[in-house]
Amino acid sequence: MKTFALAGNPNCGKTTLFNALTGATAHVGNWPGVTVDKREGVYKFENKTKKGAKNGSENDINIVDLPGIYSLSPYTPEEVISRNFILEDRPDGIINIVDATNLERNLYLTTQLLETDVPVIIALNMMDEVEKSGDKINAQTLERALGVPVVEISALKGTGIKQLMERAVAMPAQRKGATVLKGALEKQLETACAYYENEGVSSPLFHALKLLENDEIELERKGAKAVLDEAAAGEDLEAVIADERYKFISGNLAGAKVRAKREGLTKSDKIDRVLTHRIWAIPIFLAVLFFIFHLTFSENLFFLNGFTESQGWMPSLVDLGLASEADGGVEYNNFGVEILAIFYDGAVFSPGVILTNFLNLFLDHISSGIVTLMENAGAAEWATGLIGDGILGGIFAVLGFLPQILTLFLFFSLLEDSGYMARIAFVLDRIFRRFGLSGRAFMPMIMGFGCSVPAAVNTRTLSDEKERTATIRVIPFFSCGAKLPILTAVAGGIVTAFGVGNSDLITYGMYILGVVAAIVCVLLMRNTSLKGETPPFIMELPAYHMPKFKNLMLHLWDKTKHFVKKAFTIIFASTVIIWLFSHLSFKWGYLPDGEMNNSILASIGMFLQPIFTPLGFGAQLGQFGWVFAVAAITGLVAKENVIATFTTLALCIGAYAGAGTEDGIEELSGLIAAITADTGISQGQFIAGLIAFIAFNMTTIPCFAACATAKAELPKGKFKWTLLFWLAASYVTGAMIYTVGAWWWTLFIWLAVIAAVTTFIVLRNIGKFDIVKIFKRRKKENKE
Amino acid sequence: MNKLLSDFTVGESGKIVKVTGEGKLRRRLFDMGVTPGAELTMRKKAPLGDPIEITLRGYELTLRKTEAACVEVELSGGEKQ
Repeated sequence: MKTFALAGNPNCGKTTLFNALTGATAHVGNWPGVTVDKREGVYKFENKTKKGAKNGSENDINIVDLPGIYSLSPYTPEEVISRNFILEDRPDGIINIVDATNLERNLYLTTQLLETDVPVIIALNMMDEVEKSGDKINAQTLERALGVPVVEISALKGTGIKQLMERAVAMPAQRKGATVLKGALEKQLETACAYYENEGVSSPLFHALKLLENDEIELERKGAKAVLDEAAAGEDLEAVIADERYKFISGNLAGAKVRAKREGLTKSDKIDRVLTHRIWAIPIFLAVLFFIFHLTFSENLFFLNGFTESQGWMPSLVDLGLASEADGGVEYNNFGVEILAIFYDGAVFSPGVILTNFLNLFLDHISSGIVTLMENAGAAEWATGLIGDGILGGIFAVLGFLPQILTLFLFFSLLEDSGYMARIAFVLDRIFRRFGLSGRAFMPMIMGFGCSVPAAVNTRTLSDEKERTATIRVIPFFSCGAKLPILTAVAGGIVTAFGVGNSDLITYGMYILGVVAAIVCVLLMRNTSLKGETPPFIMELPAYHMPKFKNLMLHLWDKTKHFVKKAFTIIFASTVIIWLFSHLSFKWGYLPDGEMNNSILASIGMFLQPIFTPLGFGAQLGQFGWVFAVAAITGLVAKENVIATFTTLALCIGAYAGAGTEDGIEELSGLIAAITADTGISQGQFIAGLIAFIAFNMTTIPCFAACATAKAELPKGKFKWTLLFWLAASYVTGAMIYTVGAWWWTLFIWLAVIAAVTTFIVLRNIGKFDIVKIFKRRKKENKE
Repeated sequence: MNKLLSDFTVGESGKIVKVTGEGKLRRRLFDMGVTPGAELTMRKKAPLGDPIEITLRGYELTLRKTEAACVEVELSGGEKQ
């Protein structure tokens, strides 16, 4: 089967063409060693005879989608991948997709592709838009100038694709590289080409030109430096080559392109006038962000039910007599009401919540159906527990996130595909540069407030590896939707038990704390382990366009597949282990929910309890204190588990007598009361410890789903350090909050430590620099 | 008159004379079409004053002022808009 590579600039319609070519056969993987998507698929020729269809696979063409690039330089992973694939894997041909509305810059890459010995065909995309604007491009003139086939297509409408593939297959298998620089650099090229031909490399012309461009990868070859020095003779060929390429393009475009007179602003300009406006840009962006989160997570759509609780006027289903409260949950009168509850219960839900409810209803019925079936069949209690709570409960809890993760993904893909995301980076870059990041890092971070999983995946838009690593590490500090219940429950517990403070204020403060922790950690990492210059910010601002529905859906489908696969592998294994540990005693006997305090997990919790003493929720909380340690451990599966564990354990140890409540506030305040009575701990210390507990949970290792994603997205070998980083960050944050909260004067000690660490890092960074400089100067002096 | 791109005000345009800087940064500028001889127009500044947006070779490019300081431009025509 022949293999064709698809190459082109970002935003030139490459993805659309790829989807049109391969359809359902496409699959996404990773290029080896890097986290750049590798898309592959098969193009099938239609109107084959029946006979041909059988062994039609011989005529099918494998399509490999190379990352969107502007050039074949050696500086970004995308460029290196593309270059290696073309030169080493040697596809049977390159389909170079060229955006006709932006011919000049797009053909720059083409001039480089032509220098390889691989056959090239050019797909001239978006011709319809060019014609709409009144311009004209003559494909034949272009074909003559470039010496390779040029086919007009519209990836969006699917026209010209068959013709493109027919001509692609008909191309002769051999081609000799050609360059547009023959005239300008004849002598230098001769020298460099001779060297590479001597070395026996394929595509010698390409390598020769790259060498003359002072290319890092080429200079690694033995003897290459000498050849470059000889050929260049001190001249700055890099600038000459780039300039000549563009000169050739503009020279030949003169014949191929007829520009219509432009009047006024394009549509894109008009949109940009508003969206990147000097004053309105930031407020508009904040509003967009608010709506995205509102539509994904809100349980009170468009504030129809008033802005505060006291303004609420919509009756809940219980108020309407359609359902009744039972056992801390709600029982619906009939299936119809259950369906209604997906959309409305006391307030209208947002689309994200509706989808979640819908999926959960479905999953609940499956799991309760299976449990009932097992019970009727007389299965042992431990077996139904393991399957119902352990396996299904665990997997469904993770799958339950899927609708909101996908809704968030959909919105952010919309922003990305429409071109708005690039503007956001443009607007915010100034702020982020201070922390050694670029404006692009903003989106993944802010997505972290919704869910760390899509946020970590979204870091793929960052080109610098160190910047990506730093960003992925701090994403969990942006408190996600699942951590909110921990905040409200513990804050609510504090207020109820001690009758002090304001739970909203504590919750809000914790969000701020997370952001501050993220800033501090990024600064710290960028100055120590992830040192590096701020990545450059030289970026195209693509024209706005309507996102394509098909592309969006294919994109979402990929994400779903990834996530579901993870839910059924890593997450599955971990939930089963945690369940077993919490329901088995050391005698390997099964323990029902009510006796969890005798389980292996509880023993581990008691064993770990002293570790948390500096954080205020360890040994000082006496015999019930291990509950906090266990809650923190179960939180590793999913942060929802933290409060669920509290509820279960509070009931176990008799700290709360009533039926379980949904928000866990009553149980927590019961637990707090029991511990206070047991140990006589002072109120101030206890509150400080509880707040430290929230802070610890917010900044520690995130849930399994987020860990699995982070592992996939981080460069090789960085994941274990990341886990360690999360543990260290949360431990220090927790300890700081506890000690300062309980004994305010410890603040001075912390400040002194922070000052010492900062001074040390700064001195080390400057000192190192100076030593090298001094050393070099001495050497020079010695020579003289 | 020659002027660094980082000192441009909105609406000014000109022809690139020289691109300084080193390695990765310079290469990136070249690859994006910022080469001697190319004409550009300063379009706008980001709300916080940096980065800037320019039109060049028929498309919009954004870069930071520190990066724009590598680009020397010969002013032409002055302010048209």
